[in-house]
Amino acid sequence: MIFETVLITALCILMLAILANLYRVVKGPSSADRVQALDSVGINLIASIAVFSVLLHTHAFFDLILLIGILSFIGTVAFARFIERGVVIERKR
Amino acid sequence: MSIFYTFMFLPIISAIFIPLLYKYLNRLVHIGWFVSLVPLSIFIYLLQYIPDVAAGDTYKYTISWIPSLDMNIISYVDGLSLLFGLLITGVGTLVIIYSIFYMSKIREALHNFYIYLLMFMGAMLGLVFSDHLLVLYGFWELTSVSSFLLISYWYERKSSRQGALKALLITVLGGFGMLAGFIMMIMMTDTYSIREMIANLDVIQNHTLFIPAMLCVLLGAFTKSAQFPFGIWLPDAMEAPTPVSSYLHSATMVKAGIYLVARMTPVFGGNSVWFWLVAGIGIITLLYGSLTALRQTDLKAMLAYSTISQLGLIMCLLGIGSLAVYFGPGESGTVFTVATFAALFHLFNHSTFKGTLFMVVGIIDHETGRRDIRYLGGLMQVMPITFTIALIGGLSMAGLPPFNGFLSKEMFFAAVNDVSQAGIFGLSNIGIMFPIIAWVASIFTFVYCMIFVFKTFGGQYRPEKLTRKVHEAPWGMLFSPIILGLLVIFIFFFPNVLGKYILTPALTSILPMMPISSYDVKISAWHGLNMELVMTIGVIAIGILLFKTTKRWLQALRNHTQGLTLNHLYNEGLSGMERFSVSLTNRYMTGSLRHYLIYIFSFFVIVLLGSLLLFHGIQFDFASNSAISIFDVGLVLGMIIAALTVLFASNRIMAIVALGALGYMVSMFFVIFLAPDLALTQMVVETVTTVLFLLCFYHLPKLKKSIERIPFKLTNLIISIAMGLTVTLLGLSANGHKLFEPITSFFENAYELAGAKNIVNAILVDFRGFDTMLEISVLAIAGLGVYILVHQRSKRREQRETE
Repeated sequence: MIFETVLITALCILMLAILANLYRVVKGPSSADRVQALDSVGINLIASIAVFSVLLHTHAFFDLILLIGILSFIGTVAFARFIERGVVIERKR
Repeated sequence: MSIFYTFMFLPIISAIFIPLLYKYLNRLVHIGWFVSLVPLSIFIYLLQYIPDVAAGDTYKYTISWIPSLDMNIISYVDGLSLLFGLLITGVGTLVIIYSIFYMSKIREALHNFYIYLLMFMGAMLGLVFSDHLLVLYGFWELTSVSSFLLISYWYERKSSRQGALKALLITVLGGFGMLAGFIMMIMMTDTYSIREMIANLDVIQNHTLFIPAMLCVLLGAFTKSAQFPFGIWLPDAMEAPTPVSSYLHSATMVKAGIYLVARMTPVFGGNSVWFWLVAGIGIITLLYGSLTALRQTDLKAMLAYSTISQLGLIMCLLGIGSLAVYFGPGESGTVFTVATFAALFHLFNHSTFKGTLFMVVGIIDHETGRRDIRYLGGLMQVMPITFTIALIGGLSMAGLPPFNGFLSKEMFFAAVNDVSQAGIFGLSNIGIMFPIIAWVASIFTFVYCMIFVFKTFGGQYRPEKLTRKVHEAPWGMLFSPIILGLLVIFIFFFPNVLGKYILTPALTSILPMMPISSYDVKISAWHGLNMELVMTIGVIAIGILLFKTTKRWLQALRNHTQGLTLNHLYNEGLSGMERFSVSLTNRYMTGSLRHYLIYIFSFFVIVLLGSLLLFHGIQFDFASNSAISIFDVGLVLGMIIAALTVLFASNRIMAIVALGALGYMVSMFFVIFLAPDLALTQMVVETVTTVLFLLCFYHLPKLKKSIERIPFKLTNLIISIAMGLTVTLLGLSANGHKLFEPITSFFENAYELAGAKNIVNAILVDFRGFDTMLEISVLAIAGLGVYILVHQRSKRREQRETE
């Protein structure tokens, strides 16, 4: 019972963190801030899914955790390349 | 299939062989000779019906066409259809013989001409012999189409094309009206056969659809028979070759409407609306046609308007004759039976003399190169035979003895005199207008007949105004008009032969309810000094007076304003309609996708929200909903923030990022609602989509990369809010209206049924694998499409560089 309360509290805190990150996504001021915030949202999502899985006693979402990890990495790299060079995938010429 | 149908379909069947004949035989002999055998054989075949039909017999033939729909080609040979059948084939034979000499073997595309002509002849025969209403309609439209083809025979001329278009538009308009009327009649009586309808008269006459059906059928009849105000196509149809004008536009097709009115008289006759429309429109047409014919200088146009006027006369007589149905058997009924008889008599006479006159005009045109009355004159000495025929035809049309037109005109005067004293349908007040208008119109008719004959053949011969060296026409060309001219005189002296064998049976089919005795009496009574004769003498006296003084008033009549003519109205109406349609279409088809989306969404909202409100569909039932957890609230809040950010983003990249965030939160929802597969897929797809958006963002053109807010528009706001509201209400209401248990329990047996522990995947590839296959093909198509688009573009760029 206590364990569950702790988990739910953790989830709520993570949710708040996501909301705070989203505020940063909205507010800016620069694109880099937004990308950074989005990456952070991804990490928080991983955490909250993990907590949620524990809460539900299921391991169906473990794939998702891994996937978010990869995607958030790729996404951040892609954004970074875009901000840096203006393109994501360069042409072979 | 009886021998009757062999002859009925002979024209259409032989039309198929015309191109063959034309290809192999036309160099040797004019193919018109072969064609002329077709109507001649049908004519001879139909002649053998005369004794039986005159004795009161009728014949019915049937071949099944679509028996399951009760669509069978039912043909019915009675007096009326036999009269028309003989006219069609008889005049047809003469016209084809005439056309052999009129149409050049070398210059003209004869195979086209004769195919169209045979097609028309077959359609016309089918029309008059049909008893099945829808089959009748089919043949009716076929006459319109073949007439269209024949009018535009010289399709390289603009006026031919315009005339054909006008004729088609007007007659097909009437044809559609007639179809509607027929369908109403079929609905009322539950039968397709005209004869069975006549047998069930009381069902029709007490039905609410009686008047609408009558109006629709009359629209068809009036447009086809060039009645006021639909007659304007007929003068323009004079662009057709003269044999066509002579055949279609005087003797046969324009009488299809007359046929229809005569055929429908037993059904609709005796009604005041029918009487006033048929007789009233008829007599207006008579006056209008005769007055307008005076204004023409072109001989064919003059004959066209005279045809209109004579058709009005026949129509008026049919209207008066329908009173016999009202009075029924008895003395008054018998009086008006004569009017119907006169209508049939004049119909026959008109076919003879108008055919003659058209052929005469054709001869004049052919030999002098002119058709305009202002260039012609003094042809009497050069073309004496043509002059004689024209004189016979012209005087018959004017209504003089000893020609058949006299007899029918006398009967016409008798009928209008009788109707003015009928004293029903409000006739006691304005019935007197009938004889007056008829008399005035007859004077005009007399004058234009005089002009036709004597301005062309009398006066000074002026060869310098003519384009060819004038001489008498060849005998082959004169043959047909001579036959018709002889018939004109023959009928005057022996009208009773025609009356007894052909017209009386036809009268029996128009007025089947009258006793037999009422048909016979009147035919011989065509002599005697009476009111009609006085009227005719008046016509001749005033007519001659007017003809002598034409110089004083004719020019004034011709010059009077063109703005009030029906043609002007038609042209203005047509171009007005086009302009209106264009402006209407341009107003809403703006080419802007934004506008089309507004239409689609507002229509969606109006229909769905409207029906929700109308049928009290908005009912919420939250009883079965699960509890809302704090995670749901948090996620929804986040999604709302992200969605609003998309809307109010100040640059595009921010909108893209917010959209991505939205997508991720959707996948979070999938997590909360325990859908791991969906969450996985959503995650990947969202990422790829965001990357694609960024790609698009990068490729925006440099010039207009103005980074602005989305401009605010009140319409868009209202529509988007209404749209969201509609969908929300729909979703909530639908949620409260679950009627049946879901079928989820079936899929829970996935392991036993499909050997899969993952239900979602089992559904995707096993239970409903078909959908998955098609989704895969959708992706394949999308991939191929993208590849092709990109590849083509780079290819084109390469081409441009090499150039």
